Amino acid sequence: MPDLFFYLFSIFTILCAFGVVLNRNTVNAAICLLLSLFGVAALFTLLDAYLLAVLLVLVYAGAVVALFLFIVMLLDTQGGHNRPFKPVAIFASTAGFALLLSGALMLVTRGEWPAHAASVAAAPTGSVLKSYAELLFTTYLLPVQIMGFLLLIAMLGVIVLCKKFEGLEDVK
Amino acid sequence: MTIGIDAFIFISALLFAIGFGGVLLRKNTLVIYMCLELMLVASTLAFVAFSSFNGTMDGNVFVFFILTVAAAEVAVGLAIIVALFRRRQTVQVDQLNALKN
Repeated sequence: MPDLFFYLFSIFTILCAFGVVLNRNTVNAAICLLLSLFGVAALFTLLDAYLLAVLLVLVYAGAVVALFLFIVMLLDTQGGHNRPFKPVAIFASTAGFALLLSGALMLVTRGEWPAHAASVAAAPTGSVLKSYAELLFTTYLLPVQIMGFLLLIAMLGVIVLCKKFEGLEDVK
Repeated sequence: MTIGIDAFIFISALLFAIGFGGVLLRKNTLVIYMCLELMLVASTLAFVAFSSFNGTMDGNVFVFFILTVAAAEVAVGLAIIVALFRRRQTVQVDQLNALKN
């Protein structure tokens, strides 16, 4: 049964990711991104990372995609900008996609992976919340504090960026 | 579950490749940003898969940090895009060529 769910959710995720890239409408692309993130959260659930699945839906779907939709609505870039893709852009993106895909295929088909049963049995699972807290407050205490400062700096930066500077001369 | 780690890594790499192709293909800055987010999420999927199959927690904890950085990055990036739109009235990357020549 988990195998079926894996195929289901991975196909769903990949299709929605293609929807993000190929959709001409920015709002539809954002909705496809939302669905794709839900698919990734479902894959997290299959990997026993329940907390991360919930966090992904909360942070990405709740905050990031909502912010994207808000900005799309604010900027209103829909009208008259749907020009066809340039051939060089199509070539570059197809080549980049094909290169990365062939690399992934080589990795999966020729790489030496550990025996499945043994590695799964060894996993203590990421479903225990206590282990997250233990690592975050012991081994990764300094990165947690740096993250706090990073969020503070980002907040200050956004405030400065969105401020109107009346006295500043126009550099355009 | 009989699905091995290679399947998860393949899905992650495929998601990353789609995001990469999207960054090169699209001209709308907002969609390019969405593709960047897709690449970040693909990397988190690889982290969680490795962590789960290795039986360690470090990858899962790293996903926390990636989520935090992604949230901060989106806030700053969208603020830059709004500031850019205010000044230039466009978000298409091929029209933002002030540094060309």
